[in-house]
Amino acid sequence: MKPVHAWRCLLGILVRESLRFIHQRERFIAALIRPLVWLLVFAAGFRSVLGISIIPPYETYISYEVYIVPGLIGMIQLFNGMQSSLSMVYDREMGSMRTLLVSPLPRWYLLVCKLLAGTFISILQVYAFLLIASAFGISMAPMGYLFLLPSLIACGLMLGAFAMLLSSLIKQLENFAGIMNFVIFPMFFMSSALYPLWRMRESSELLFNICSLNPFTYAVELTRFALYQRLNAEACIFTLIALAVFLGAAIYAYDPARGMMHRKAAGGG
Amino acid sequence: MSQDILALEVAGLGFRFGKKVALDNVSFAVARGQFKVLLGPNGAGKTTFFSLVTRLYVSALGEIRINGANLRAAPLKALAQMGIVFQQPTLDLDLNVRQNLLYHAALHGMQKSHALERIETELTRLGMLERQTEKVRQLNGGHRRRVEIARALLHQPKMLLLDEPTVGLDAPSRRDIVEHVHRMARDQNIAILWSTHLIDEVFEEDSVIVLHHGQVCADGSVAEVVAQTGTENIAGAFARIVGDTQT
Repeated sequence: MKPVHAWRCLLGILVRESLRFIHQRERFIAALIRPLVWLLVFAAGFRSVLGISIIPPYETYISYEVYIVPGLIGMIQLFNGMQSSLSMVYDREMGSMRTLLVSPLPRWYLLVCKLLAGTFISILQVYAFLLIASAFGISMAPMGYLFLLPSLIACGLMLGAFAMLLSSLIKQLENFAGIMNFVIFPMFFMSSALYPLWRMRESSELLFNICSLNPFTYAVELTRFALYQRLNAEACIFTLIALAVFLGAAIYAYDPARGMMHRKAAGGG
Repeated sequence: MSQDILALEVAGLGFRFGKKVALDNVSFAVARGQFKVLLGPNGAGKTTFFSLVTRLYVSALGEIRINGANLRAAPLKALAQMGIVFQQPTLDLDLNVRQNLLYHAALHGMQKSHALERIETELTRLGMLERQTEKVRQLNGGHRRRVEIARALLHQPKMLLLDEPTVGLDAPSRRDIVEHVHRMARDQNIAILWSTHLIDEVFEEDSVIVLHHGQVCADGSVAEVVAQTGTENIAGAFARIVGDTQT
């Protein structure tokens, strides 16, 4: 693989994904509306119900809206990863996945390019969300937005790789609704996105343990600390390990020699 | 690269879906400038063959070489030398023609200025240049196929593979594309492998492989296959071969 070829390929995939995103205006609006409803409606309603004690990285009492911002950032990235994965299932059904996979570049590299492009789109969505949130008075220190970027890259890649792995396991687009119900929502609710884990522990030790194993929890915590210009080393390591595992498994699943693709799209002449 | 090197060589290729044999000991070759028709009824194994030759599937049985490059040992070199038009439409409907082609050029590592030149050349050849800024969604089926052929040729492959490219097209569009690709094989010395189950897409001067139940039942020029079966034309030959193997 020549570096110049690899670079042009990455740019090409990035441009294509960006153009598709621009053309799908509804997708962009939906990606923003979803977390904004949580932030401006759900959080406002729950503010009085849920008390948040002072836990790191917070140094003072914070409002519930501020608490759930990292979780909503995670939600944007998770949904974007799923959307991207959905487009891979769609692409595979429609055939355009084939155009990508028959390119004269290693398959692992093509999948990484696809992930990077998806992550790039998710970062655009996150900053658009934060901009709107700040207009409603929910803002962070300016440097927090900068520190957030590496965390968004790591979390976006991890959640994207997770979604890519799921897409390799889905045979048809119809199965995706089930994935939303059985994977995305449990992943979101069984994390520290909406409530701190100590509160979960008060209710159920088992649920607390599940939440502690959920990679989404670590993505949210990495984001939460980054917004306060701090590194949560444990969350960072866990996120990177999860990224390596999900990406490795997705590459394995899409390897033509391993047989995962054999079960897809059989038939024809 | 020497002219003697075959554009496509397939030797002893086999593939199974579980216990079902999809391809059994398939061997044939396509030379530069040759228009070879892979003829077979639905379910003969044509699409499985295309999935293997494009490396969407990998088989441990047999060997595929593209312009001398072994697909298993040097897959990237082999893939770089072929252009593919899949049976399913693979264009991005929300992007325009040029954006679709630039995406393909980027996947093949082409410099943008060179890609734009090649896009102009191929679209002109296919009579689609003035449509290049139109969204693919606005094009009819025949025009979309033309764009896919232009795309497959952008990186100047030695071998062009087309898997039932006329499926779903009306009769004039079908005729138009069949004639254009035949002309291209003659004028540009490109090797063509065209799979179909439609007998009227075979020209007298073509070479034909008849694939049935995953096996090569005939391989030769149209005249040779007709003579072997003792029939009057390729339609009769095809019916005889498919009928014979079914009984």
